[in-house]
Amino acid sequence: MTNNTSLTNGASQAATADTALVPKTGSHFDRKGLVQMALLGLLLLVPVAAYFLGHIYYVNLASRITIIAMAAVGLNLAIGYGGMVSFGHAAYFGLGGYVAGISAYHAFDLTPFMTWPFSLPGSDSLLVVWLVAALLCALLALAIGAISLRTTGVYFIMITLAFAQMIYYFANSWPTYGGEDGLPIYIRNTLPLVDSSNALTYFLICFVGLVLAMAITSRLMKSRFGAALTMARLNDVRLATAGISPYPIRLVAFVISAAITGLAGALYADLNGFVSPNMLSWHFSGELMVIVILGGVGRLYGPLAGAVLFVMMETFLGGVTQYWQLFLGLVLLGVVLFAKHGVMGWLAGRERNE
Amino acid sequence: MLKIADIETFYGPSQALFGVNLEVNAGEMVALMGRNGMGKTTTIRSIFGLTPASRGTIEFESQNLRRLPAYRIAKAGLGLVPEGRRCFPNLSVRENLLVTARPGEWTLEKVETLFPRLEERRAQMAKTLSGGEQQMLAIGRALMTNPRLLVLDEATEGLAPVIRQEIWRAIRLFKEQGQSTLLVDKSLSEILPIADRCTILEKGSTVWVGEPAALDSSVRDRYLGV
Repeated sequence: MTNNTSLTNGASQAATADTALVPKTGSHFDRKGLVQMALLGLLLLVPVAAYFLGHIYYVNLASRITIIAMAAVGLNLAIGYGGMVSFGHAAYFGLGGYVAGISAYHAFDLTPFMTWPFSLPGSDSLLVVWLVAALLCALLALAIGAISLRTTGVYFIMITLAFAQMIYYFANSWPTYGGEDGLPIYIRNTLPLVDSSNALTYFLICFVGLVLAMAITSRLMKSRFGAALTMARLNDVRLATAGISPYPIRLVAFVISAAITGLAGALYADLNGFVSPNMLSWHFSGELMVIVILGGVGRLYGPLAGAVLFVMMETFLGGVTQYWQLFLGLVLLGVVLFAKHGVMGWLAGRERNE
Repeated sequence: MLKIADIETFYGPSQALFGVNLEVNAGEMVALMGRNGMGKTTTIRSIFGLTPASRGTIEFESQNLRRLPAYRIAKAGLGLVPEGRRCFPNLSVRENLLVTARPGEWTLEKVETLFPRLEERRAQMAKTLSGGEQQMLAIGRALMTNPRLLVLDEATEGLAPVIRQEIWRAIRLFKEQGQSTLLVDKSLSEILPIADRCTILEKGSTVWVGEPAALDSSVRDRYLGV
C-alpha cells in the first residue's frame, strides 16, 4: 500500500480510478509508438507535400484513405473491441452520405426537406450535416442493434446484413433522390471561416476527424466502460455472474461505432460530390471488414494501416489490371495465415489484448 | 436466505439434477459436498441461471430467482467464484477487480490486504499470474461485488498446498466476519471445522443434510469415499 493511498474506497473509487485500471504500456518511443507516429505522420505530410507540388489528385487520394480509415475505426470498435461482427456498416456509411447529399440538394434547390408537421429546410453547412448524420446513424444503430444484439455469431452477421440490404434497396428505389443513379452534390457543403472546397483544407478536416475518432476509441477503451466491453467480448457469462448485463454495454458501443462510420460517410459524400446506393451496398460492408482484418482486429491503428494498404492497392494495382482484387485476396490470405494480428501486429508487435 | 427446493435440471435431454434441496441462512457457512459428477456444479449453475432449472423453486431473500437472467441474480446479492480460476485473462488485475465492483463492505484496499499478491501485481495482466494468484483474483473479483451470499465452487482445487492454505485462511476469515457462504469443496479436514451445515448430493439429489459433527464415518464411506 505504498503509492495508492487514495484508493482506499474501492467501489466508490471504481469510476474515478480509471487511470489506474490499465497497465502502463511503454513510452511513445518504443517500436509500436514509432510505427504509429510514422503512419500518422506520413498520412499528414504526403498530402501536404503533394499539394504544394501541385498534385491535387494525391491530396484527394489521401482524403479518401483518411475517410475510409475513419469508417473502419468505427467498425473496429464493434468488431475488434466489442466482438460484434457487423456485416452492415455500409448502412451507416451510406446514411451519413445521404444526409450530406439530401441536405445539399435541398439547400441548392431552396426547397424544404419536408413541410409537415413542420417545415425543415436543407442546409449546406457541414456542421449541421455532421450533427444530423451522427444523430441519425446513432438512432438507426440503436434500432438495428437493439434487435440484432439479441442474436450472436453467424445470426448476428446475417441480421445486420439484412438490415443494411433493406436500406440499400430503399435508397435504390426512391426516385426523389436519384434512385440507383445517385445524387450529385454540386457545391461542397461549407464550414464557417475555412474554405472547404480547397483540397488540402478538406483533407485536413478529414484528418482531424480520423484523429478524433481514434482518440475517442482509445479513451473509451481505457475507461471502465471499455474494460466491461472487453469482458463482454471475452466471456459474457462471467460478466453477467458479476451482476452486469452485457447487452446495454454492447448496444452503446454499437451505436458509437455506427455514428463514427456515419460521420465518415458524410465526409465521403462531400469529398466525391456524389452519393449513390453503392455506399450502402454489402460490398462496402465487406471492404470495411477486409480493411479491419488487414490492419489488425482490435488495434487502434489497425484500420488506418488497413485503409492505406487497401486504397493503395485499389488505386495502383487497379490501374494496372482490373483483376487487382486477386492480389488483395493473396495479401489477405497472407495476413490471415502468417500475420494473425494484421499489418499492425506484424509491424508493431503484439498487444496486451491478444 | 437462499432456499432451494426440489430443483430438477437438464442438459438437453439428459437429466442432471433430480431434486436438490439446499438452504443457507444469513451468516451461515454451508458446504455442498459429494463425489465428482453428483451435481454440485450443476446446482451452482442452476442457482445462477446458467443452466436453468426446469422444476422446483430457488428463492433468495424471498425473491424468486428462477427464470431471472444471470446478471439479475448476481445483482440480487449473489457472488460467484466459478470453478477453475476464472478471471478475465487479457485485462489487468485492477481492471478485473474494479470493473464489476459494487459499493459495500469489501473495498479494493481490503481485498488487497486479504491477498497482498494482488496488490503487488495490480498492473499485470491476469493471464500472467500463477494459478493460485488467478484463484485469489477470482475470489477478489467476487468479493468486490459485495455479495450477501458468496458462492465458492471448488476454490482450492488443484492448487499448491501453500496457496490452498492462503485461500482457506481467507475462507475462515469470511466465517469470522459472518459472511454468508456456500462452499463447494472436497477437503473434509478443512470444511468440517468451519461449516455450519453440510449438504451431500448423490446422483443429482440431496441425500444428507446435517451438522459437520453428525457426519460420521458411515456417512463418509457411503457418500464421500472413493
